[in-house]
Amino acid sequence: MNDAQTVLEIRDLRVTFPTESGAVQAVRGVDVTVRAGEMLGVVGESGSGKSVTFLAAMGLLPKSAKIEGSVKVHGHELVGMNNSEMRKQRGKRISMIFQDPLSALNPTHKIGHQVSEMIRSHNDVSKAAAWDRSVELLDIVGIPQPRTRASQYPHEFSGGMRQRVMIAIAIANDPDVLIADEPTTALDVTVQAQILDVIQDIQHKFHASVVFITHDLGVVARIADRVQVMYAGRSVERGDVDSIFRNPTHPYTRGLLASLPALGRERLTPIPGAPPNMLRPPSGCAFRPRCPYAEEICAGEIPELHPLLGLETACVRAEELLPEGVA
Amino acid sequence: MNAPADQLNGEQSSTSPVLEVANLVKVFPIRQLQGIRVIRGIVQAVSNVSFSIDSGTTLGLVGESGSGKSTVARCVLQLLVPTSGSVKYHGTELVGMSHARMQPLRQEMQMVFQDPYASLDPRLTVGNAIAEPLQVHKVPGNHSERVAELLELVGLAPDHAKRFPHEFSGGQRQRVGVARALALEPKLIVLDEPVSALDVSIQAGVMNLLQDLQARLGLSYLFIAHDLSVVRHISDTVAVMYLGKVMETGPAELIYNSPMHPYTQALLSAAPEPDPTIERDRQRIVLKGDVPSPVNPPSGCRFRTRCPKAQDVCAEEEPLLLDKGSGHMVACYFPEAVSVMAPAVAR
Repeated sequence: MNDAQTVLEIRDLRVTFPTESGAVQAVRGVDVTVRAGEMLGVVGESGSGKSVTFLAAMGLLPKSAKIEGSVKVHGHELVGMNNSEMRKQRGKRISMIFQDPLSALNPTHKIGHQVSEMIRSHNDVSKAAAWDRSVELLDIVGIPQPRTRASQYPHEFSGGMRQRVMIAIAIANDPDVLIADEPTTALDVTVQAQILDVIQDIQHKFHASVVFITHDLGVVARIADRVQVMYAGRSVERGDVDSIFRNPTHPYTRGLLASLPALGRERLTPIPGAPPNMLRPPSGCAFRPRCPYAEEICAGEIPELHPLLGLETACVRAEELLPEGVA
Repeated sequence: MNAPADQLNGEQSSTSPVLEVANLVKVFPIRQLQGIRVIRGIVQAVSNVSFSIDSGTTLGLVGESGSGKSTVARCVLQLLVPTSGSVKYHGTELVGMSHARMQPLRQEMQMVFQDPYASLDPRLTVGNAIAEPLQVHKVPGNHSERVAELLELVGLAPDHAKRFPHEFSGGQRQRVGVARALALEPKLIVLDEPVSALDVSIQAGVMNLLQDLQARLGLSYLFIAHDLSVVRHISDTVAVMYLGKVMETGPAELIYNSPMHPYTQALLSAAPEPDPTIERDRQRIVLKGDVPSPVNPPSGCRFRTRCPKAQDVCAEEEPLLLDKGSGHMVACYFPEAVSVMAPAVAR
C-alpha cells in the first residue's frame, strides 16, 4: 500500500501551551502521513487538535507553544527550525489556506500585488514577470477576468472569490504540501461547492498533496481519499474514505456518524458528555468517559493505532466490538 | 397528523395556524458617506414573504447568507418593524400593535439564538438568567422552583442554577438558552440557527431535546438554519429563501425528494452527504458566481443571474409562487421535479 512517495511525514508530534492554570496538552503524539497526489481529510470536533497539529507543522504557533516530535517534508525536518529558515520553507515546501480569507489578505494592497509578493519571496523574478504569473494563477483558481481583477483590492471580492485568491497565493510556489484549514466553513453551501471543485482540480491537475482539515463529515466524504479522525489531541482512527464511512471501527467515529441527521433517521444519537479538559486529559483512552463500551482496560495505557479491517484504529476493544458478520 | 397535542390545548381548532405571515416586506435604508455626498439606497432584505405555521409543527426556513431568513424571524417577533405586510398570531394582527398590547403576547412567542456564548450574561447565574423573563413579565409564584423545573426539562440538574455560564459547555449553554425561552410557557419559538455553533456530537442532543419538547408541550417552531440536513430532520414544512424571496415551499419530504425550483435543486445538490459512494456518483449542479447584492436585486426572478434554466421571460416579470399540488409552491417559470439527493444513475 506504500507505493506512492511520502511527501509529509509527521511523527509523534506533541504541542503544549503553558497557561496560568497549567499546560494545555493540545496535541499528544500525532502521526500523519501524506503521499504524493492524495487528499487527506482530517476530521475532528473543536479542540481535537486538528488545526494545532498543522499550524505547528507550518511553524505558525506562538513562541510560547512547546513543540516536540518530527515534521518532515520530503525528508526535510521542519521542527526546530528558526524563523528565517522556516520562512524559506513556508509557501515552498508547505503552504496553508485559512478559514477566513478576509483577515488573511491585506486590505491596502492590490490582489495582484499580494500574489506577486508570494512569488517574489521565493523566486528572483522581476515585478512584471511576477505580476503576469499572478494573473495566470488567478485564472487557474477560476477568477474571471484575472487581469482586471489583479488590479483590484480585497474589498472588491466576494467571500468565495477571496478564498480563490488565498488558494492562488498558497499554490504560487508549487508547494510540496498544501494544507487547507476549514477553507469552506465560512462560505455558503453553493460557494463551498465551487471552492471544493477548485481544490480538487488543483489536486488532480498538479498531482498536489493536500491536507483538508474540517469538522464537516459531508465535506470529507466528498473530497478526501484518506481520512484521519482526531479526538482530544490524538488520532483515533485512519484509513481510506470508504472504509471509514462504511465500517468505522472506533467508537468515536461511529458515534460521530450516528449523531448526524440522515435520511430515514427518526432519532439522532448524540455522544453523551463533552470533550475533556486538555489541562487534565483522562488517563488511557481520552474518549473513555463518553464511550458506551469503556471498560477498565481503557483507563490503562493510551491506545496506539493498530491495523484492523484495512483501517488503523486506536481502540483496545475494537476487535470485540465489531458488529456480527464483519471480520 | 399530531391531533392529540391540539386537543390538549383546547381553545383553538386544529386547523387554525399559530402564525400567518402575509406579504411581509422589510427594507433597510443605507446611508453611506462617500466624499462629501450622502448616498442613499435601500436594501430589500425581505420582499413579499408569506407562510404559515400550524399548531405543533415546525417550519424550516433555509437560505444562504443574505437571503433574509433572520430578518423574517425578527419581523415575526416584532423585534423589527416590518415595512409592510401582515404577521398574525392566532389570527391577531401584530404589525402596528402598541407596545402595551404586544407585551402579554410576547410571553407566548420566544426566541433562541445561535450563539450560546454571546446570548447569556456572563455575570448572571444560569438560574437568574432563566428567571429573568419571569421577573420582567411579573409572573407570580415561586421562581426558583420554576427554574429548577425548567432545568430538568432541558436535561440539566436543578443545582446548575447556581453556576455561571462559563462553567458550561456549548451544548449545555444552548440548553440554558432553551430553558430561558421556555420560562414563560410560549406557544411559538423562533430558533435562529440554534445548533450551528455546536459540534455534531452535541448538536444531536439539542435536536432531540427540541423534538421532545415539541411533542410534550405542543410547541410550534420557526426553525432557521443553513444546514439542510438539520432542517430536513426537524421540519414538517420547509421554505427556501433566496435574496429576500421565498423560491419554493411545501411539505419537507416534497422539497427534499422532488424539488422543483432550480435554486433548491442546486442548494440540495451542493450540500455534501456524509457518504463517499453517494458523493462520487451524484450529479452536482454547481452554480456560478455569488449571490447578487440585495441593494440592486436582479429584475424579474432574483435567481435568474445564476440559474442554469434562465430565459428572457425570467428577466421581465417576477414569477409568482404557485401551488403545484399538495401544498408544494414554486416561484419559477420552468418548474420541474428532479431528484438530486439520490445518487445519479449508475454508469
